[in-house]
Amino acid sequence: MDSPPFILLQAITKKFPGVLANDQVNLEILRGEVHALLGENGAGKSTLMKILYGFYRADSGEIFQNGRPIQIRSPHDARKFRIGMVFQDFIQIPALTVAENIALFLPNLPFLLARANLFRRIDEISKRYNLTVDPAAQLGQLSIGERQKVELLKLILADAQVLIFDEPTRSLAPHEIEGLFRVFANLRRDGYALIFITHKLQEVLVSADRITVMRRGRIVETLPKNEATAEKLISLMFGEKEVDSSPPRKEFLGEKNPPALELRQISTRGEGLKTALQNINLTISPGEIVGVAGVSGNGQKELGDLILGLEPCSAGQKFLFGQDATSWPVSRVRGQGVAFIPEDPLQMAAFPWLTVQENMAVGHISRYSRQKGLAIDWEAVRGDLNRSLMRLGFQIPSLFAPVGVLSGGNVQRVILAQETAHDPRLIVAFYPTRGLDVRSAAAAREILVSFRNSGSGVLLISEDLDELFALSDRLAVFFRGRIAGVFTPEETTVREVGFLMTGSKGAGTS
Amino acid sequence: MNSSSGGLRSLKKEKFAGVIRVFGLFLLALAAFALVLLIFGKNPIRAYLDIFGSTLSSGYGLSETLVKMIPLILTAVAVAVPSRIWLINVGGEGQLYLGALFATWGALTFSSLPAWLLLPLISVLGFLGGGLWGGLCGYLRARGWVSETISTLLLNYVAILLVSFFVFGPWKDTESANYPQTPEFSEAAVLPAFFGTRVHVGLVLALAALALFFFILSRTRWGLEMRAIGVNSEAARRSGIPIGRYMVILMFIGGGLAGLAGMGEVSAIQGRLRPSLSPGFGFTGFLISWMAGGNPLGILAAAFLLSVVTAGGDILQMTQAIPGAVVNILMALILFVILARRSGKGAAK
Amino acid sequence: MIESFLASLLMGSIHSGTPLLYATLGEVVEERAGVVNLGLEGVMLMGAVSAFITTAQTGSAFWGVLAAAAAGALFNVFFGYLVITRRANQLASGLAMMFFGVGLSALLGVPYIGSRITGLNEIRLPFLSDLPLVGSVFFHYDILVYLAVPIALLTWWALFSTRWGLSLRAVGENPVAAFAAGKSPHRIQYQALLIAGILGGIAGAHLSIGLAKTWAEWMTAGRGFIAVALVIFSKWHPLRAIFGALLFGGAIALQLQMQARGLPVSPFILDMLPYLLSIGVLAVWGGSRRQAAPGSLGRVFQGTE
Repeated sequence: MDSPPFILLQAITKKFPGVLANDQVNLEILRGEVHALLGENGAGKSTLMKILYGFYRADSGEIFQNGRPIQIRSPHDARKFRIGMVFQDFIQIPALTVAENIALFLPNLPFLLARANLFRRIDEISKRYNLTVDPAAQLGQLSIGERQKVELLKLILADAQVLIFDEPTRSLAPHEIEGLFRVFANLRRDGYALIFITHKLQEVLVSADRITVMRRGRIVETLPKNEATAEKLISLMFGEKEVDSSPPRKEFLGEKNPPALELRQISTRGEGLKTALQNINLTISPGEIVGVAGVSGNGQKELGDLILGLEPCSAGQKFLFGQDATSWPVSRVRGQGVAFIPEDPLQMAAFPWLTVQENMAVGHISRYSRQKGLAIDWEAVRGDLNRSLMRLGFQIPSLFAPVGVLSGGNVQRVILAQETAHDPRLIVAFYPTRGLDVRSAAAAREILVSFRNSGSGVLLISEDLDELFALSDRLAVFFRGRIAGVFTPEETTVREVGFLMTGSKGAGTS
Repeated sequence: MNSSSGGLRSLKKEKFAGVIRVFGLFLLALAAFALVLLIFGKNPIRAYLDIFGSTLSSGYGLSETLVKMIPLILTAVAVAVPSRIWLINVGGEGQLYLGALFATWGALTFSSLPAWLLLPLISVLGFLGGGLWGGLCGYLRARGWVSETISTLLLNYVAILLVSFFVFGPWKDTESANYPQTPEFSEAAVLPAFFGTRVHVGLVLALAALALFFFILSRTRWGLEMRAIGVNSEAARRSGIPIGRYMVILMFIGGGLAGLAGMGEVSAIQGRLRPSLSPGFGFTGFLISWMAGGNPLGILAAAFLLSVVTAGGDILQMTQAIPGAVVNILMALILFVILARRSGKGAAK
Repeated sequence: MIESFLASLLMGSIHSGTPLLYATLGEVVEERAGVVNLGLEGVMLMGAVSAFITTAQTGSAFWGVLAAAAAGALFNVFFGYLVITRRANQLASGLAMMFFGVGLSALLGVPYIGSRITGLNEIRLPFLSDLPLVGSVFFHYDILVYLAVPIALLTWWALFSTRWGLSLRAVGENPVAAFAAGKSPHRIQYQALLIAGILGGIAGAHLSIGLAKTWAEWMTAGRGFIAVALVIFSKWHPLRAIFGALLFGGAIALQLQMQARGLPVSPFILDMLPYLLSIGVLAVWGGSRRQAAPGSLGRVFQGTE
């Protein structure tokens, strides 16, 4: 019989409030293999690996190493068992040098930092695995690719045997990605077990020995390399569902007015961990819903910040309702009728210690300010908010309660009601139905459609392809800060969009 | 799930709780200070009797307490205003001195003007002087260059030295021999006082400033925007609130109020500018604002208590031969009690 | 004439700069660990008064310095209790400590106001002190002055060449990362504060028994705040702090020198220089300097989620 797998995750279940992240997951990891964990956002891949690394603890299930059950209660334990993880946001200290960052994580560092010795050890490993980096360089000065190498060196020098990577190629240039896969090959040859989480098909097909596809918290299937094709993987990831016929839409109203939003060749700089937008051309006409499909983190947030006026562009122009709005401040953008439903309403739009009605007032303060600012028309605030809530079919316990005591879902409802209260001409909606129950989600979608029907433009950013296909008049796919394609839902299929979202076809592939 | 009136009720309770809290902390600190006195062989009972006896038991004592409250209320609001958006203004002392400086210039230059012209003029000058001193720090902070805590702190010393420069130099009173002070202000430049006490019109200004601040904060658009910034600056930014502008304006206003305190002291109390103008009103105001947690009644209560304490310092110096600086210990003890209790809110903004 | 002016100025810089250097070094260590201490003024005062009293009573300046170090350490560890264990706001706590130090030192120092002692003696080094010009400028100081630069070097070495220093800097930059690497941020911060307290206390000692050789209330006159500004000026680096302390010490000394020579520049304007210089430096280099600041300065590590 063959020996037990290096790592075995058995019946792992993990629940977060409102979502079953991992549902009876079984996964085997072997020595000397590159194992890809593939799936959309929210499939549960990250959670599973964080459980393996001790960041979370599973509600039930067991972990075995070489056949023996082990307890992993913290990253410290995981490291003891030779498990290491390279996160998307590296746990690094940019102000320190490469060598210092590595030294910090070494288990048996001598009191006197013997630089020469340290440098030698680093050089040895980096040569062996093609991870060349200057040990004396300050980490903050390095590119993301180089910083990732440092992360790897850290793990290897600390004797990790299982290396987990969370979306390792996210911010890498094509040649850096090739380099990374060469490193994988070398490590594999020396018996390391490598697991990498990704949503990018092409890379998986190129580098993985075995591929496990997850969807909605479960393992769909694990296949060896030779059985995997792009089509098969897409269908495993997204399912075979036919796109259900969309609810009857009114006719597209045509471009008789200036577009609600026009972006011409917009590029942004993308400092730090932000994704740089590259040469974006996008138009939203009045009475049109433009959907943006894409895995979160491919530039959607930056797009929203740009439209709102928070993020300046390094090139290109932005037009709102026909006027050049490239350098408008946020207040002007909002004042002109742009509503914004952010990704994380509690952090980004809500004022927890202000009451619901105060939140509403702040969002549109110029409207409710009276006597040159000396007073606020609270009746009007409440009136508008109540009307908006009724239109959406939402019920909030009290307008006088501080927003911080409301449930997460209610906060979302309040923000939604607030933003749509004044019949905005352009609505930028980020994952508007995320976290809402079926009925509320349907209501939110209906309101977006009704705004579209009355002539507003809507930019709908969502990860729910069904929703996007049902609601969008046109659909743009974002990948790595670029638009990979624009279609009408009739022209394309979920499958094709899935390809573009994961970098498999068209622009932006590695 | 939440009663609609629950919010209102808890707001009222909060106001009352603010006053209770201030008194409770004060008592705790008094006990600790008594201990300190004991350790140094002083009789705390006698000391407290002296302090409270002379400040509270006579009409004159009370009026003197009120006199000290005037600058304290103003410097406390000077800290409270910027603190709403988490700016820390420890420059009350310097802003007070700058206000006094500007006011003195006005009083000396326009000494022949009648009171009804001169007094408003020096009031405006006082506000302007302190306001510029504070606004400068607000600007440096808004641009992301210097933390306002450091700049206001350092400018304290510059302000005091500036005053010394003028008092020892160009504005020196030639008739006062070697005593460093300016000539006496003309009668027109002296703020009128009430009923033969030293309690001057500045009291009205101070109370008005306090009331105005809280009115603005709770009722007006600007107050709402300020509170919004304080609660969630990221969301405030995304709502279009101009945070940088508020930083400059609020520091200007705060500084201006401290400047008014300086104007009041130099005009009504001292009648001329001396380097020893303020016995630390600026720092004490900081303490008051922190104690009161930004609550208006709390500010009044704390200003009252600390006025008694400050007066106490002078008294202790006279009757018990304890150096006046010792009251700093009491102040520190009060702060410690507050700080040690507010655990968990450690993240500095 | 010019020579002797410059020589006197340099001597004055070194003299006045010494307490600044000690205080700055201490503050560098604690800020590198992520804690900003505005109460440095209080630490220095406690050191000054302890040194003075102990020296006056025992006749030995050595014990005075030791007492100052101990007093400063104790004082700062209490500060640590407030900001580390109780997680209080660092700026407010620092100011509270300042008040406390001012008042407590005033109380303790009452019997000693104005009295004079011999204090720290000048130490003459054989041969070196007898060198013409160089000898008188550089080798006529007390022990604390001589030790200042070596201690700066020691601080630099400790921060950058030892495992402990690496952990400390990691805590100040990113306590979460340090914690993930198995360090204990709280313990390291206490250690940093202890050291800063010792150094701050010694700084105060030099003021009272080295320079002034007397005691007066609040004799630090804001030097603690200047030191805080100096830390930023030297980009949190112990070696640059030497240069900064000399510069600021020079500003202080300049005023005395000008006055001694009857030069018609107002002493008050000159006294302003260090403070204005600090702000100016920050304003001009503020943006970039702030990036040189330890990443987690002023925040308190809240533990894992």
